[in-house]
Amino acid sequence: MEASTTPVKSGAAGAATFAGSDSRKFNYYDPKGRKATHYEDVTLDVQPDPERYLLQDWIINFSDGTPTYSKDWTRCKSADWHKYRSVDQEWEKTHYQRQSTICGTIQSVIENGRRSGAATRFDKSWVKVLQDHLGAYKHAEFGLGTSLMQAQRYGYTQMINNVILTNSSYKLRFAQDLTLYLGEIGLDIEGGIDKDAGKRNWLENPIWQGVRRSIEEIMGATDYVEQYVAINLVFEPLIGELFRSGFILQMAAASNDFITPSVVSAAESDYERNLANTVEFVHTLLNDSQYPLHNNIIISEYIDKHAKLAHAAALQLQPLWSLPRVKVATFADSYDRARNRFSHVLTECGLQVPTLA
Amino acid sequence: MAASLTLNKITSQKGISIAEATSRVADLGWTPTYVQEAETFPTDYRISKVPRDPMKQVLRSYFPMQEEKDNRVYGALDAALRGDMFRNVEPRWVEWMKLFLAIIPFPEISAARSMAMVARLAPGEELRTGFTMQMVDEFRHSTIQMNLKKWYMENYIDPAGFDITEKAFGKCYAATIGRQFGEGFICGDAITSANVYLTVVAETAFTNTLFVAMPSEAARNGDYALPTVFLSVQSDESRHVGNGHSMLMAMVNDPSNHLLLERDMKYAFWQNHAIVDAAIGTLIEYGTTNRDKNKESYVELWHRWIYEDYYRTYMLPLEKYGIKIHHDDVSAAWDRLVKKNYVHKIAQFFAVGWPVNFWRIEAQTEKDFEWFEHKYPGWYAEFGDFWKWYGRKSVPGQTNMLVDQENGYVYPHRCWSCMCPCVIREDFCVGEVDGKLYTYCSEQCRWTHMVAFQGEYEGRPTPAMGRFKGQRIWEDCYHGWDLAEAIKDLGFVRPDGKTITAQPHLRFDQRDMWTLDHVKGHTIQSPLVLIREMTPEQRDAHVAEYRAGFKIKPCNGACSNGHHHH
Repeated sequence: MEASTTPVKSGAAGAATFAGSDSRKFNYYDPKGRKATHYEDVTLDVQPDPERYLLQDWIINFSDGTPTYSKDWTRCKSADWHKYRSVDQEWEKTHYQRQSTICGTIQSVIENGRRSGAATRFDKSWVKVLQDHLGAYKHAEFGLGTSLMQAQRYGYTQMINNVILTNSSYKLRFAQDLTLYLGEIGLDIEGGIDKDAGKRNWLENPIWQGVRRSIEEIMGATDYVEQYVAINLVFEPLIGELFRSGFILQMAAASNDFITPSVVSAAESDYERNLANTVEFVHTLLNDSQYPLHNNIIISEYIDKHAKLAHAAALQLQPLWSLPRVKVATFADSYDRARNRFSHVLTECGLQVPTLA
Repeated sequence: MAASLTLNKITSQKGISIAEATSRVADLGWTPTYVQEAETFPTDYRISKVPRDPMKQVLRSYFPMQEEKDNRVYGALDAALRGDMFRNVEPRWVEWMKLFLAIIPFPEISAARSMAMVARLAPGEELRTGFTMQMVDEFRHSTIQMNLKKWYMENYIDPAGFDITEKAFGKCYAATIGRQFGEGFICGDAITSANVYLTVVAETAFTNTLFVAMPSEAARNGDYALPTVFLSVQSDESRHVGNGHSMLMAMVNDPSNHLLLERDMKYAFWQNHAIVDAAIGTLIEYGTTNRDKNKESYVELWHRWIYEDYYRTYMLPLEKYGIKIHHDDVSAAWDRLVKKNYVHKIAQFFAVGWPVNFWRIEAQTEKDFEWFEHKYPGWYAEFGDFWKWYGRKSVPGQTNMLVDQENGYVYPHRCWSCMCPCVIREDFCVGEVDGKLYTYCSEQCRWTHMVAFQGEYEGRPTPAMGRFKGQRIWEDCYHGWDLAEAIKDLGFVRPDGKTITAQPHLRFDQRDMWTLDHVKGHTIQSPLVLIREMTPEQRDAHVAEYRAGFKIKPCNGACSNGHHHH
């Protein structure tokens, strides 16, 4: 009863042929497209599911009986939570490449700007805007980042949680970008930049209280889908882009500032990806084989709630547009664009656009 | 002085110091006043002190640093292929990577999730950047390990087992021991799981065996890919150790936390030992072909890293804060490794159950015996015959080891706590919780289930503590099943529909491979189901008999390693 074959000398693919010797693809999930993507291979089913392959079920519960992962952590429902794929297909390699590129770009913009003495030529009224208001806004970005960091624990699949995780990573990086940027140009500006002014405005200035309220509502939400949707479908278009693109990017040049727009625009390209990922996520829920209507009602409810807050917050921001000495943009125009963007995004998703009044 | 002129000196400009940068970044947080942040992950600990950030790094230097690490990793993988690594790799080693890499990406990503659980617990935001970097690090680890596995699958002689990897993780009778190491990080009391179990014990102590000892052994087996990936992973761990320690220091001065810390250190240390030493000890000692007597054995490495480094320099100093440290558990774990042959018995168990695994385990041979006897005197007398039997039974047509009575192996109970088999027979014990009988590998594991994971600890209510749930005993899932049917249900069958994924040898020839037909006709039984059916008298007798152990019968005559040399 002894085996009769000669041992194969090489451990390389193709050195021998036998059952399974050419089975070189992960075969336990269905790719979304014709072929599995690299992202799918390194992401799918890493967070297990008793309905798929978790033979022994979750083996620990919270004291109230909730298992390690629960579908009840959102009011949305899905016939197949595993269907979602992120649009940007990020995994660690692509995430670090992109983040690192942004860090490098921002740093060289700041370094070269400072070397040319750019900050010393900023209009004085503009310096105060940056100190007080870009300084305040960085806290909003931080709140979004920490909310998403919380939310990435709750999704029912790896695909959902990882896309929320990278979103969090982008937001927290950007909050730090702004913080460090203000610190660095402050070194070049006569009289410096008061490092506490931003937070003081964030906490106390009536202009910012609506925004802070909006952010705190997102931080306090216990439904991760609510958080994700409120951030990317509501807050970002109505407040984030309004402030970043509609205010900073438009006003800066007229105040002799070419650096700040470059720093801030990184967040705009981050958002394009996060938005695409969110739209796809919502699209998946709204086209669910069992619960499309239910999800539409829940998500619309979330949008309605957060849009009201964001709308009120946006109106409170209006005085900002009067602050720069040279006024090249108006709040009305910028907010119109923001609202159009908001409507457009919701319509693309197949959602009702709430009336903002 | 041209000699002192550098580009850096010419172009450098004044910046803000790293201390200033981190303090500004830490000031991004605030206490909400309009809406309270949801405290969704409960803990029984009290954290009133602001944890300090020991690392002082900001994200804009973190991302480029990590990208650079990645470039080295991916460059090395390319170089390994160009250098034809797989021609010379030891299949014995790569086969075990099917198990290891099936288990590890889930604990890694769980660690990312656990950052959500600790980040909001402590006052202040100083550690937020540390938690953020750890979250992204763990995302890195999980996906870089999945990538490595895919790479093995694409380039190694036998991809079967890699191709079903995440499915296999959820089903296999060996991978099940990794389950606690993962869910334990993210479920139950947030500090118990995400701080003590994950960071203070698993990452601070046991990642050294996982991510440093493993790579060394990989390199000895011609595998240069695993060291590249895992040493890069390990380079992130010091950050995590810093996070964990800082959080611990924010709690340790509050005496009301001491009882809980004592409980959690005991639970986490013992269970990490039971699980990590079982898995990694086996991989390193039995997955290698390198039998250099000068290299350190697993227990020698353990003594250096766990005993000298961790126990003496990390755990012991906690006593000065008033935390009771269970010295007896550290020496009990050491005894299990050196006197009670824990790793060897686990390896034996993995081998016995090869048909319900999803990788190849070959028999240990004379060359291996010599090394084992050198490092673990007495090994040959206890395990030599077993591996001879294993070699003999590796040929299709023989009765497979799992159901074979001829060699004298007695199938073990499972431990309800660590989910490892109760292989140290004399330490086996049982207990009743809510009128139900449970089996444990040790008194410590019995304590973990019966005392620690409950709603009260030593008279103190612990409403946030988790509970053990689920079908924790793998064998319960297939009690009464025909072995071949169970393998089919597991999905551990190759694409031809009949050849079993696992094989008890490294012979890459279809004629030597076992099929479902070779294993059908045998019934799987769950020792827990059986013991629960016993009367109290039968049970006592059974426990006594079990604790007395068994002896492998001599393997005389044709006990070769099953391979005929031409």
